[in-house]
Amino acid sequence: MSNRFKNLIVPVLAVVLGMLVGTIIMLVTGYDAGAAFVALIEGAFGDIYYIGETIRQVTPYILAGLAVGFAFKTGLFNIGVEGQLIVGWLASVWVGVAFDLPKIIHLPLAVLAGAAAGALWAFIPGFLKARFRVHEVIVTIMLNYVALHLSNYLIRTVLSDKSDRTPNIHDTASLRSPFLEGLTDYSRLHWGIVIALICVFIMWFILQKTTLGYELKAVGFNQHASEYAGMNVRKNIILSMVISGAFAGLAGAMEGLGTFGYSPVRGGFTGVGFDGIAVALLGGSAPIGIVLAALLFGSLKVGALNMPLEAGVPNELVDIIIALIVFFVGASYMIRIFIERLSKKKGVK
Amino acid sequence: MDIMNLLIIIVSSTMLWAAPLIFTALGGTFSERSGVVNIGLEGLMVIGAFTAIVFNLTFADTFGDLTPWISLLAAMVVGALLSALHAVASITFRADQVVSGVAINLLALGLSLFLVKFIYGKGQTDAIQKSFHKVDIPFLSDIPVIGEIFFSNTYYTSFVAIIVAFIVWYVIFKTPFGLRLRAVGEHPMAADTMGINVTKIRYIAVILSGALGGIGGGVYAQSITSDFSHATISGQGFMALAAMIFGKWHPLGAMGAALFFGFAQSLSIIGSSLPFLENIPNFYLLIAPYVLTILALTGFIGRADAPKALGAPYIKGNR
Repeated sequence: MSNRFKNLIVPVLAVVLGMLVGTIIMLVTGYDAGAAFVALIEGAFGDIYYIGETIRQVTPYILAGLAVGFAFKTGLFNIGVEGQLIVGWLASVWVGVAFDLPKIIHLPLAVLAGAAAGALWAFIPGFLKARFRVHEVIVTIMLNYVALHLSNYLIRTVLSDKSDRTPNIHDTASLRSPFLEGLTDYSRLHWGIVIALICVFIMWFILQKTTLGYELKAVGFNQHASEYAGMNVRKNIILSMVISGAFAGLAGAMEGLGTFGYSPVRGGFTGVGFDGIAVALLGGSAPIGIVLAALLFGSLKVGALNMPLEAGVPNELVDIIIALIVFFVGASYMIRIFIERLSKKKGVK
Repeated sequence: MDIMNLLIIIVSSTMLWAAPLIFTALGGTFSERSGVVNIGLEGLMVIGAFTAIVFNLTFADTFGDLTPWISLLAAMVVGALLSALHAVASITFRADQVVSGVAINLLALGLSLFLVKFIYGKGQTDAIQKSFHKVDIPFLSDIPVIGEIFFSNTYYTSFVAIIVAFIVWYVIFKTPFGLRLRAVGEHPMAADTMGINVTKIRYIAVILSGALGGIGGGVYAQSITSDFSHATISGQGFMALAAMIFGKWHPLGAMGAALFFGFAQSLSIIGSSLPFLENIPNFYLLIAPYVLTILALTGFIGRADAPKALGAPYIKGNR
């Protein structure tokens, strides 16, 4: 069995197993699993409106997945996508609220502000890892909470007068599109999906076609070897985190400038950053894989909202399925052993 | 407000907020000392809080005033079961321990909210009637000054947490099991060569961390929130992880850090009613635990070094 096939079969089997366990949970709890899946599919694709909503949800998932996946390529685990997303969201909305500029300048400026804020937030763990060898996982987790509280504090004190949200952004900074909304029966679909797809191309281009990408991957494979080969490992670690953070910040900007048009005071996380980990894992950190995984998780999330209405099944079932998929991809060693045993038996026959 | 009243309020509130963090941070210490990263502490607290609340609501009439304690036992068992999943994935199936921990967090929240809706038909449980109450500890609260500050208007759970911290310290540093645990976390191959069953020790450690994390969640839910919803546990597990690191992977250090973080948390809540704190935005208190942990890791506040084999699955025969 070829390696390529094996790399493909692990995520597919993980999804199948996740769905299977989800079905078993529904059967045990006495819910109608068939009706639930029908409701799920209808809620994601049953109507042009739902398709618009699904694509809207896929947008930040792609970018969050790119963020996690890009760092993975350099051997870094960026759990801080959630925090970078929050600061990116806030920064882009801030620019959207504070300035009054023509759209051609305002919108790119707001989008770039989101990317820059995310990049800056990810620079901290990158720098600490490169300079002090501090593990990025812990630092990024801690910075998630700092980002959450910082964003709430700034919204309450600087961006508004003790309100629980920022003012709405100016139209000139908005990603919303009457054209796309009209096309999809007034869903909240916005231009962000185009930016997300451009970023997919950018990630592929950096990793496959540039010296930088080659070095980043080399550092991911073997730090010592790349160091002996004359690469600057520290610089590459920081750069990888910064680019990863920029993707995450963009994911936040898409939500701030497209879906919501403001930034709320949050009691907890958005969850998009953590789902980004699931997206990158399932997609094998490859650009195309990330798009496919984001499509899957995006449609699961949006479709799930239809489940309580149509089938009476709590939408959290989808969160369980996503968690199980992460679990099975993570424990892919189990699946690989299983496949190897299976193929050996066939060989004997 | 005189200084005495101030101390009484601050100490009692600190103990209240610190107790769940102490339990969970001790759990993290077990797991990480054996070489298994446990990002799943947050999820273990979630499932513990969920179990404790559901058990408490269901059996309050049967067990009367003992209910919260028995609910803690239930939370402990369920936490241990969930962490067994983490153990299977990260020890036997060599999954990336961080990935498996993330899966535990996602799974715990999804599963408990799903079950809340399944059992109660709504997104949030009712408030429990039998929660942990403020008590005056017998005898000790009669001591002048000290008794009033430390042992009056307080919670038994906080003292249990501190006692457990000392027990964990004894287990990890004074027993053969503890020596093996630390050996497995520092150099599993050497430990294996000396006849220590690396897999078994790691399984025990991870399951212990689940049990303690479950208790932490149960204590939190039954003494602070009194019900269970999506926001019951929001970051306490990660804060316990921070406490463990800030305490340099040492049980008593973790306890100290958890007390300090509990202090910061309680100040961020009651701070506005205290005369000298009302002008400080509670933002600084909210981020203090996280920023301090980063600084500790960086080496500005005495370097914190993780167990050497942390995060690496042990594969027999690999060098």
